[in-house]
Amino acid sequence: MINMFEVRETNKMIEENNLDVRTITMGISLLDCCTDNVKTICDKIYHKITEKAAKLVEVGKEIELEFGIPIVNKRVSVTPVALIGSSCCKTKEDYIEIAKTLDRAAHTIGVNFIGGFSALVSKGMTPSEKLLIESVPEALAQTERVCSSVNVGSTKTGIDMDAVKLVGETVCKAAELTKDSGSIACAKFVVFCNAPDDNPFMAGAFHGVTEGDTIINVGVSGPGVVKRAISEVHGADFGTLCETIKKTAFKVTRVGQLVALEASKKLGVPFGIIDLSLAPTPAIGDSVAEILQEMGLERVGAPGTTAALALLNDQVKKGGIMASSYVGGLSGAFIPVSEDQGMIDSVNAGALTLEKLEAMTCVCSVGLDMIAIPGDTKPSTISGIIADEMAIGMINQKTTAVRLIPVYGKDVGDTVEFGGLLGYAPIMNINRFDCSEFVERGGRIPAPVHSFKN
Amino acid sequence: MNRTIITVIGKDRVGIIAKVCTYLAENGINILDINQSIVQGFFNMMMIVDAQNSEKDFSVLCEEIEKVGDELGVKIKMQHEDIFDVMHRI
Repeated sequence: MINMFEVRETNKMIEENNLDVRTITMGISLLDCCTDNVKTICDKIYHKITEKAAKLVEVGKEIELEFGIPIVNKRVSVTPVALIGSSCCKTKEDYIEIAKTLDRAAHTIGVNFIGGFSALVSKGMTPSEKLLIESVPEALAQTERVCSSVNVGSTKTGIDMDAVKLVGETVCKAAELTKDSGSIACAKFVVFCNAPDDNPFMAGAFHGVTEGDTIINVGVSGPGVVKRAISEVHGADFGTLCETIKKTAFKVTRVGQLVALEASKKLGVPFGIIDLSLAPTPAIGDSVAEILQEMGLERVGAPGTTAALALLNDQVKKGGIMASSYVGGLSGAFIPVSEDQGMIDSVNAGALTLEKLEAMTCVCSVGLDMIAIPGDTKPSTISGIIADEMAIGMINQKTTAVRLIPVYGKDVGDTVEFGGLLGYAPIMNINRFDCSEFVERGGRIPAPVHSFKN
Repeated sequence: MNRTIITVIGKDRVGIIAKVCTYLAENGINILDINQSIVQGFFNMMMIVDAQNSEKDFSVLCEEIEKVGDELGVKIKMQHEDIFDVMHRI
């Protein structure tokens, strides 16, 4: 039987160390909405989402009360819109109309984000996919809750450099269109290499074509819990450190699994995966950076940071994988700058640079996330940074992503405020040397040799 | 059986157990186990109860018992046992 000590440990995790379930994300396939008329497709999309996810928020709240654990976000991901819109969208405005429909559906069911205004173009772009990418800046500027992503590369296909060039321009345009609100549109747009089909986390969530009609994916969290656990083994050797992280990750994931199964049962929707991610928030003590510092680094970015992050990521996976039979999504530690107070402090102290962050992305999920850069950064420079990050993903057979925010009218030393879960961020310095000739080449970087496994 | 854990934490005073138990009895909730201690003036109690025969929704019970806690000046939390089971038992 459960004893008092165990009950107290669990509740302490929730009350003092910010243990929560970060998101219940319902994936909804829109493939059956395809028609050749924009108005009809919008109606069909709206009805399908509002019908399938009608009870999502309500059930989320019920589960919160039942187990006494906060479920921070309830969200929806849909089939990449470029696929379902290809037969009817002839202009950018047509795609923007679909984005507005998604936004309206999100408001109706009460979810705070809806993901899937996406295109998968890792080998090449169809005219329709190109159109969707070109419509992204306006679509994100004119909607509130829609998130967009583009997969521009994979280990199997290589990197579509035409798409990389285009998304660089897209990011700049999105920044300009939302210049009055800190270029917020860029915070809702992610560029991927090896994008997973079942990621529950925004802004990169979409419902892959390999998935069923509807599915429930759950993202757990708990950087604060891990930090407290390792502070109790202060100064111990790496064996003890790893064991502690692993045990904690196990406990955190089991809670996620419980919530996922309960949500699946109550909604009558199959359970997909648990995403084992340590996702920080701007709240004090809910920081991945603080875990790394607790391991013995003065600041994130100090020598040893990459090794510390690598072991953290690996132990989280090892603990989590035993706690749930189905894990997927991104699964690892997130290192967004704006959403993590410890990361912000490290940037402000001069300890953490963009180049070090790039190195860190080699050993963790997911990539260069929520990084504010000067507003006058050239599109080709952004494409260059994206190409570098995509190459890391392609060669290392892992997911990588880029979410850069060239904040309009701001420069290094300034700060931008996004509010809510997105937090605030210092503008980081970037390498100003030119790469436009490289980006302009066009075409495709071939798949690496180790992709040929057949 | 709908096994539920109730935790009560706060400053000790007369009648905490009485009031909590009265509420449970009025709502058809059966107490299976009680564990209680006072540490440095702080009241600490854990109950395992069966809420299956209660006519009210679980969410309503959670809210009402929290209010009972507010009246007593203590913090009362009611959670399904599963969350502790999955975390501490393989």
